[in-house]
Amino acid sequence: MPDQTPPTDLLTRTAGIVAAHLHLEGPLLPILHAVQATFGHVPRDALPVIAEGLNISRAEVHGVVTFYHDFRAEPAGQHVVKLCRAEACQAVGADALADHARARLGVAWGGTSRSGVTLEPVFCLGLCACGPAALVNGQVVARVDAERFDEIMAECGA
Amino acid sequence: MRLYLSIDAVAKALGSEKLAAALQAEAARRGIDLVLTRVGSRGMVWLEPLLEVETAAGRMAFGPVGVADVTALFECGFGAHAKALGLTEGIAFLKRQTRLTFARCGVVDPLSLSDYRAAGGLAGLTRALAMTGDAIVAEVTDSGLRGRGGAGFPTGIKWKTVAGAVATQKYIVCNADEGDSATFADRMLMEGDPFTLIEGMVIAGIAVGATRGYVYLRSEYPDAIATMTRAVAMARAERLLGASVLGSGFTFDMEIRTGAGAYVCGEETSLLNSLEGKRGVVRAKPPLPALEGFLGKPTVVNNVISLATIPVIFEKGAAFYKHFGLGRSRGTIPLQIAGNVQFGGLFETAFGLTLGEIVDDIGGGTLSGRPVKAVQVGGPLGAYFPRALFDTPFGYEEFAGKDGLIGHAGLTIFDDSADMLKQARFAMEFCAIESCGKCTPCRIGAVRGVETVDRIARGDMAAIPLLTDLCNTMKAGSLCALGGFTPYPVMSALTHFPDDFARTKEAAQ
Repeated sequence: MPDQTPPTDLLTRTAGIVAAHLHLEGPLLPILHAVQATFGHVPRDALPVIAEGLNISRAEVHGVVTFYHDFRAEPAGQHVVKLCRAEACQAVGADALADHARARLGVAWGGTSRSGVTLEPVFCLGLCACGPAALVNGQVVARVDAERFDEIMAECGA
Repeated sequence: MRLYLSIDAVAKALGSEKLAAALQAEAARRGIDLVLTRVGSRGMVWLEPLLEVETAAGRMAFGPVGVADVTALFECGFGAHAKALGLTEGIAFLKRQTRLTFARCGVVDPLSLSDYRAAGGLAGLTRALAMTGDAIVAEVTDSGLRGRGGAGFPTGIKWKTVAGAVATQKYIVCNADEGDSATFADRMLMEGDPFTLIEGMVIAGIAVGATRGYVYLRSEYPDAIATMTRAVAMARAERLLGASVLGSGFTFDMEIRTGAGAYVCGEETSLLNSLEGKRGVVRAKPPLPALEGFLGKPTVVNNVISLATIPVIFEKGAAFYKHFGLGRSRGTIPLQIAGNVQFGGLFETAFGLTLGEIVDDIGGGTLSGRPVKAVQVGGPLGAYFPRALFDTPFGYEEFAGKDGLIGHAGLTIFDDSADMLKQARFAMEFCAIESCGKCTPCRIGAVRGVETVDRIARGDMAAIPLLTDLCNTMKAGSLCALGGFTPYPVMSALTHFPDDFARTKEAAQ
């Protein structure tokens, strides 16, 4: 879904988010989380507003945003599926599941399928004794095999 | 009728929410007055969702319970049923444990402070409030508690350093960035008994003279974030946090901060940078965080389990806690048995069980029923142990003596279908993805490591000594444990499973 927020609105709302977090010690990560929760990603246009509000350089904000896997430069699809790729899930078939998921959705890691599903890797959801584990639109799911994955996709209408 | 159902992420991931709705609906249909209390997990993951019914004899367990079982369970009055497990406390997996840190987890409503008090909560803090800061620190030192995050540094010594530092502001930072695969003790504790962590942090604050605390909690744990956030708000409302903790005159307050998906932020200095709003790049030590930590101020950085163990140490005394364990590994450790395992979950016990007892007796071997090939102990930076080393007792020094580490006490079990060259490659790949980029051995070494393992996979045996050499460089030259410990899984795979690396060129083609 393309970002249709008008830039002026984006700037105002970002400035509001920054102002609401200024009292915190180390406010940048909470600000970025809030920006992403508001816009679905961290829009490029928001960075100068954040930099100005915190009195740091744009480069510094850019550096922080790009360091962390969580922050998206572009909006995700309608559904976000994170598949665990870590060892405990590998021990029970995570690699085969990942192959199946990428083939079914026709995307690489980080890609969004035509049906609107963004597929992302995640390294551990703490569901290590009932893997392979996944996070589907923020909800945890365990013991995901190819069949269960297809069910989940059907529930998502994808 | 009173039922208890786990609300832990593990139970949710296995269908507890649909089950909860079905239980309510069935009770309503039958006109039964049902009280459904949501609790943390008992840690028996293969039995989740675990449902318990209150009886005169105690809680009786059923598991794993699905929506399809609901009608029959009501029909038999929660008595004789195929999923009946008898008294929960009588289940062998639980009965064999020594639950100190996790005593309340799975038993109490995680967000009821009155439940918490009734189950012994705040007894430790109450005792600590009557002690001097020095005496509190001495008690922690005497307990023998060492950092449960993996480094195993004596907690009391760290606290003493912070207590002795002179500053206008000091901090308690809880490292809840539990990124290691096979570890979920922090998550379970925060979701199942969050007040224990809060109580531990308050005691730490009083001991060292810190008035502010932060829990740096990974974003991959949405349920733990929600529970901890609510628990902190409740603790503040009940004056467990704030200007005068339980009316003592001591000030301590805390916040929950969410990470952003960087594994390296589990390293304490990188975590502090992240908390300050910077890139999660590792800092060189010295200065120690104990002297120059968050915002340059003296800071205690402790793992969730270390801090959550503090209350029971004060409730029962240092001598009681120290009595458990082996050698210099004192007290109990919550083992997390994971991967391809029959009876997976959290098993809190005194240090000293052998790896074989943990994997075969407690874990029951693999879920697939095939032979165990390897067990990775301590997460992605831990060594792969073959069956030949199953006599290794679980302790910090004992595992170090076998070129391994216990880390955060997670164990990933692999059956004989595992390809150890592939696991070695993954260790390097993971390090390359997660490297903060500050030091060269880690940033470049991990990339070269993947390439070198690929050469071996293509049958180039000359690359094996090169891989060994590279591992030595990473181990000796990296700034933190990410680059420094990635050689553990790689070298243990190579050393203990040489057949998986002996690929002929013909086979590779």
